[in-house]
Amino acid sequence: MAITEITLMLMRGIKVTLIVLVLSIILSSLIALIAGLSRVYHNKLLTGFTGFYVEIFRGTSLIVQLFWFSYALPGLFNIHLGSDIWVAVLAISLNYGAYMSEIVRGAILSVPQGQTEASIALNLTRFQRMRHIIVPQAIRMMLPEYGNYLIQILKATSLVSLIGLTDLLYYGNIYRSTHLTEAPTVYMIILLLYFLLALPLIGFTRKMEKVAKKGVVHG
Amino acid sequence: MEEPIVQYKNIRKSFGDVEVLKGINLDIMPGEKVALIGPSGSGKTTIIRLLMTLEQPTGGIIEVNGENLWLMQNKKNELVEADDKHLRKIRGDIGMVFQHFNLFPHMTILENCMLAPTIVKKKDKADVKKTALEMLDKVGLSDKVDLYPSQLSGGQKQRVAMARALMMRPKVMLFDEVTSALDPELVGEVLEVIRDLAKAGDMAMILVTHEMDFALDIADRVLFLNEGTIEEEGHPTEILVNPKSERLKDFLTRFTNSR
Repeated sequence: MAITEITLMLMRGIKVTLIVLVLSIILSSLIALIAGLSRVYHNKLLTGFTGFYVEIFRGTSLIVQLFWFSYALPGLFNIHLGSDIWVAVLAISLNYGAYMSEIVRGAILSVPQGQTEASIALNLTRFQRMRHIIVPQAIRMMLPEYGNYLIQILKATSLVSLIGLTDLLYYGNIYRSTHLTEAPTVYMIILLLYFLLALPLIGFTRKMEKVAKKGVVHG
Repeated sequence: MEEPIVQYKNIRKSFGDVEVLKGINLDIMPGEKVALIGPSGSGKTTIIRLLMTLEQPTGGIIEVNGENLWLMQNKKNELVEADDKHLRKIRGDIGMVFQHFNLFPHMTILENCMLAPTIVKKKDKADVKKTALEMLDKVGLSDKVDLYPSQLSGGQKQRVAMARALMMRPKVMLFDEVTSALDPELVGEVLEVIRDLAKAGDMAMILVTHEMDFALDIADRVLFLNEGTIEEEGHPTEILVNPKSERLKDFLTRFTNSR
């Protein structure tokens, strides 16, 4: 059966797709949190630097960034980022971290001023204010949009075949190149597999929308 | 002679081009209850926000226990702007209750009360919990401790806010129009708690309020503010029953008529 054969072939690529996805989610979330916090921190140098980073990575395309990290940096400066997987994870994380830092920043700024004032009145330090009052409330507000970005990151992982990573799409293309007539079946199964991978992320986003609507997680 | 716990010395405050405080001199004695009244925009809220370090004065000196709040001496003995550490040391004696409660919505009532003593004063968690439960019992909320602020009425929220502020054992407590955001039928329960606190004695209180009868009842002294200056001050009966200045008479008449 062609369908079983194709699916088995594609399964060999799912591992790479998943690894890139999970690592990119972790790294981009960290980058987003740090960059988002830096942009609301009252320090011109820090704010300026992160602002520059965000605009550079938002303003250029992810494919070009992938090629840069993969081919241009090693050629120009002799910088080698290690394995291709790390190149891919780094490019995707820096790109999406830049976008996501904006939602972190927006959420932090949208926590009412009264919360800061109450924390000052209770004599919390700046760090304690952020850690216990502002960030927990900001995270709650930004979760629905965060979920959306996770789905986008999944879709972005399909670009990594362009720098030679053997992911889901890569194996699909390989199969198609030797079985030209089965192209529709191959790409139908690829679509389906990506959708299956996205389902938990979609579920997460839905759930977070409910949480954010309530404003407070009960219990 | 007892020393004042708080002193305002020629305090000025401008927001942009607007000067809202034009040289305030004010001494608060330990345990004294002072009510600030006056039309909106007269600067009464700004006075207490300066003491809570939520705003910085444009001129003048505020002292708490004889220590300068907004200025400190650096290593060369020069007077410089206070840093966060200095502000935190001085404002530890001050607490505040806000018009809009400002409870932490992501924490239960009990957690709201326990947070600051645990992480700021680094007290033992079990002890803090015991005190918090006692405090919440005092304000009549012992059956609500595990609820979230969104599940409470305005009056209940404000009573939690008071319990939370009291947990830090301030020597001076500031009340910023604490009943203004409440439905009329909920005002009484909040005033009652404040009255109990006032009767209990040793904590100084500065209340910005529109509740004249209440001010008359609990305050040792009433200050009438108008356009950034203290227009008249004295014993509550003196101010509220026998006002001297035309502006104060005006204010009180308009106030009574509007009720």
